[in-house]
Amino acid sequence: MPVDNTLEQLRSTALQELEECTSKLDLAEWRVKYLGRKGYVTGFLRELKNLQPSEKKTFGSQANQLKVFLTERLMAAESKLIEQEIRVLGENDRIDVTRPGRLINVGSYHPLTKIRREIEQAFISMGFQVVEGPEIEWDHYNFELLNIPKNHPSRDIWDTLWVDYRNERGERNMLLRTHTSPMQARIMEQEEPPIRVIVPGKVYRYEATDRTHEWHFHQVEGLAVDRGITFADMKGTLYEFARRLFGSDRKVRFRCDYFPFVEPGVDMSIDYLAPGADSHDWLEIMGAGMVHPKVLEGVGYDPEEYTGFAFGIGLERIAMLKYGIDDIRLFFDNDLRFLRQF
Amino acid sequence: MKIPISWLKDFVEIGIPVHELADKLTMAGLEVGSIERIGGWEKCLIGMVRSVIPHPNADRLRLCEVDTGSTIHQVVCGASNVDVEQKIVFAEIGASLVDSRNGKPKTLKAAKIRGERSEGMICSELELGLSEEHEGILVLPEDAPTGMSLDDYMGDYVLDIEPTPNRADWFSILGVAYEIAALTGQEIHEPLVEYSEDGENIHDQVKVTIQSPDLCPRYSASLIKGVSIDESPRWLQGRLKKAGIKVVNNVVDVTNYVMWEYGQPLHAFDYERLLKHHVIIRKGYTGEEIITLDGVQRGLFSDTLVIADDRDAIALAGIIGGKNSEIVGTTRDVFLESASFDPENNRKTSHSFDLRTEASIRFEKGLRPDLVEVALKRATQLIRDIAGGVVAKGKIDEYPGREEPRKIMLTDRKMKQVLGIEISPANIEKTLNGLGFQCCVTDGAVDVRIPYWRSDIAIEEDLVEEVARIMGYEAIPTTMLSTPIPHHKGDDYYMFRENIRDLLVREGLQEIVTYSASSFETLARTRLIDDSEKLVRIANPMSGDFEYMRPVMGAHILQALISNLSFNRGPIAMFEMGRVYLKRERDLPEERDIIAGLLYGPCSEEGWLGSDGQFDFYDAKGIVESLLGRLFLTGNYTALENGFLHPGKSASINLFDRSVGKIGEIHPVVQRDFGVTEGTAVYFEMDVRSMFEMATETFPRMKPLARFPSTIRDVSLLVDLNVTYASIKNVFEQNKLIAKAVLEDVYEGDGIPEQKCSLTFRLYLQSPIKTLSSGEVNDAINKVLDKLKAETGSILRGTEGQFE
Repeated sequence: MPVDNTLEQLRSTALQELEECTSKLDLAEWRVKYLGRKGYVTGFLRELKNLQPSEKKTFGSQANQLKVFLTERLMAAESKLIEQEIRVLGENDRIDVTRPGRLINVGSYHPLTKIRREIEQAFISMGFQVVEGPEIEWDHYNFELLNIPKNHPSRDIWDTLWVDYRNERGERNMLLRTHTSPMQARIMEQEEPPIRVIVPGKVYRYEATDRTHEWHFHQVEGLAVDRGITFADMKGTLYEFARRLFGSDRKVRFRCDYFPFVEPGVDMSIDYLAPGADSHDWLEIMGAGMVHPKVLEGVGYDPEEYTGFAFGIGLERIAMLKYGIDDIRLFFDNDLRFLRQF
Repeated sequence: MKIPISWLKDFVEIGIPVHELADKLTMAGLEVGSIERIGGWEKCLIGMVRSVIPHPNADRLRLCEVDTGSTIHQVVCGASNVDVEQKIVFAEIGASLVDSRNGKPKTLKAAKIRGERSEGMICSELELGLSEEHEGILVLPEDAPTGMSLDDYMGDYVLDIEPTPNRADWFSILGVAYEIAALTGQEIHEPLVEYSEDGENIHDQVKVTIQSPDLCPRYSASLIKGVSIDESPRWLQGRLKKAGIKVVNNVVDVTNYVMWEYGQPLHAFDYERLLKHHVIIRKGYTGEEIITLDGVQRGLFSDTLVIADDRDAIALAGIIGGKNSEIVGTTRDVFLESASFDPENNRKTSHSFDLRTEASIRFEKGLRPDLVEVALKRATQLIRDIAGGVVAKGKIDEYPGREEPRKIMLTDRKMKQVLGIEISPANIEKTLNGLGFQCCVTDGAVDVRIPYWRSDIAIEEDLVEEVARIMGYEAIPTTMLSTPIPHHKGDDYYMFRENIRDLLVREGLQEIVTYSASSFETLARTRLIDDSEKLVRIANPMSGDFEYMRPVMGAHILQALISNLSFNRGPIAMFEMGRVYLKRERDLPEERDIIAGLLYGPCSEEGWLGSDGQFDFYDAKGIVESLLGRLFLTGNYTALENGFLHPGKSASINLFDRSVGKIGEIHPVVQRDFGVTEGTAVYFEMDVRSMFEMATETFPRMKPLARFPSTIRDVSLLVDLNVTYASIKNVFEQNKLIAKAVLEDVYEGDGIPEQKCSLTFRLYLQSPIKTLSSGEVNDAINKVLDKLKAETGSILRGTEGQFE
């Protein structure tokens, strides 16, 4: 019997029997019969060793092709069977895809962290670096080096919480910082220009609590000092910040304001439509200005050589504006129903 | 501070709508908080009463004819003060008025009163909403023009401005007027002051001695004799009322009026009540007392500056007058003071008496001594005009602290250096002139003379601001920083800390932020604090709840848990990255960043897929271990004595041999004391700086991947209960072929002897250089079992009988 004849026969028998398979069990048996270790195709290949080398090559190749072919047909038959089964069983083997999934606990950031990071990112991309400072400060840094002498009326801007401490002269001179600005002086004392930093942190005021006031809140201070930094640069930097945080369609307004450690002083507002209001209003989002020459002198910089600008942003106010939060006290109530919204 | 527009118009013309004006002022730095409108009296006109006859059918009513220029109206009027030839306010039918019976708005209708037609109404102040006065009609001055609408005649706006603390001059009509003049290109008209001094020489009648010239650089005064104390005229009262100033009598009202106009506080003394007519400016004596005009008896301090007569203090200088010298109804002669006082001392004194007056809020900001004279003359004239009397010849003017008018050179260079643009000298001159500065343009600079009312201008930069704000900040261009970006030193610690936040959020924890302070009682409930002396105390806390800066984190996070319990069934998993404040001697407290976390309630959201049980110690530990792992740190855990945590279920978290934190169930007593009545809260905290210092690797270094397969073997060990998992794990880790040992099961009970437990480990054996044979695997297992037996007394389960 010529070998090719046998192969051809094997092929047609196998295909015919495959056609007749109606279950997975049938298919398994078929597989053992033809493709298994002791199956026909395997057996055929094993017998090739008795043939002449030239025939061995020809038939070997044909037998291998047959093996590949039958394997493919088996897969196809299997797929067809599974399709049939699913179609038959489908009505019963169906899940309710609308039921809730298995929830994985995922935490979220405090809204103040989110907004702080947004602000930091805006300034970091403009070459600023984040630094931090102490929340409990000396009067010297919080006020005096910032051109706010003792018994000066500008101290009225900051109602201060004092630490129960007195120095050798019996003066109360330790306090909870009323703003992040003391870091302006601390940084300039430690570093030479150029300086470009932002200082996020907690600040404290002696202030009765209501919907828009807290005795404890957060600021981001900024400071840039070098030769040749101008008011125009300040406007550009702060405008860019506002654009990033609130989008370029928001209007920004710079008006004159007074802070003892800057001159000229600025208040930056953005246009704001309060819920329920019928017209836009200006909402102050930060105080800023050119660093006062006395502040520069106080830390040993020559104001004839160096200029710079500083700014202070209230985090809570920005978060309230951006997220539509109507009560500042929510930030520290730590009600998870509130916090999980962010 | 309230500024009526009508008063401003005495000084400057206002040609723009009031809202636009308010906007301009706000942009230039003088915030207008609100604008109050006085008026809006539709259909109210000035009329003249032509005739008054009794009402035929009512005793108390009259029939009046009112002429409004074009028409004569018949009106029924009930007021007793109505009279012929009076100028009155006539409301036509349809006018909106205030109902005098109930204070509510009403619309006037045509009526017949007791059979007589009434075609309108003659109004009282109450009906016009001007005051509570409804006894009688409002009678206008004779020169009020008949037929003019009331709005045109006396309508007004009042600006409520919020001056910044540097601008004493914004506490005056004049200062605001100069602002408006500069912003709108108008001129200032100061009132003309002229009066004759017909009395005897003042120096023969009064003596002034300044004993504290450092605190009183200038003291001037005039003397007006023979005045009649009375009510002020209507126009003056009207202005004071609009400005929110209490009306007292004509002399006192004038001092307040001039203070409003010029910003210079003045004080009027009753000349006859000054002992020996000797006025002394001195410091208080210890034990000295004064009863001030507010009726309060005050003990003086040795640094309180007072005005005194030959014996007693008669005023707190620059703050408030004394009862013993006040102007009363019988006063005939007025000693009028206009002086300069040291702002710092003034502020200190007003703070120490907790007494802030209109005078002190001006003096504390620093007033130029030049202002003294201008205000004195204006007030002397007004008193003479209004209260009568004769002005003594000459003035007192003690001026020990004489100051020359200040000049500042504003260079083009400074202008450019600060603003970034060049502004022409002509422009600078024009802008500054508008504000009342006098300029002299030189080469490359402008010489600027500072006007007497501007005490805030001290340096060149102040003038730069003046120019910029009047031109408008909008006029300055917008540029980006073009200076080089500074070299930044590493901010690894900041990144490390932010990374911890990210990791814990990913672990399923909610970030919270709590208050930094607490009451001692709350802190003591943690059983970690027992001595308030060791804490940073706030001298003036908002309340007892926030008196001490926290030295520990646990109390606040537990409070956050409690505030959630009524709304939340869990899972509650939260963390705070916050500071604690540790007192140090003679130095600022140490502030340390602490990461603290708390778990409570069920591990997973409730639902149809079932729950994973309640949070316990090992949930917290898993979080800590994952966190440390992602920070390339490995912790070890040792026993801990800590009153806050459960003694049997807590541990110190150590990195190498340094304790960086703690973890455990909250002690049941602590939990109860904080008000958590059921369940178990699990807590962890770590000192972030310590973690950072122990983190030698801040970024990962790749380790090669295993190339050969691992073989898995499970071993169940019989272990003494006092032998820790860590000690067994340690033995496994020492064997080089055991790549990983996973604790698969812990079992105690049936089949296990007392004081023992069964620990089942799955061991992954693997070599970096080849596939292990089963012989090599067995050898390794046997070696490790021998070692476990020798070091921990643990044996393979099922072999216990064989070796005994």
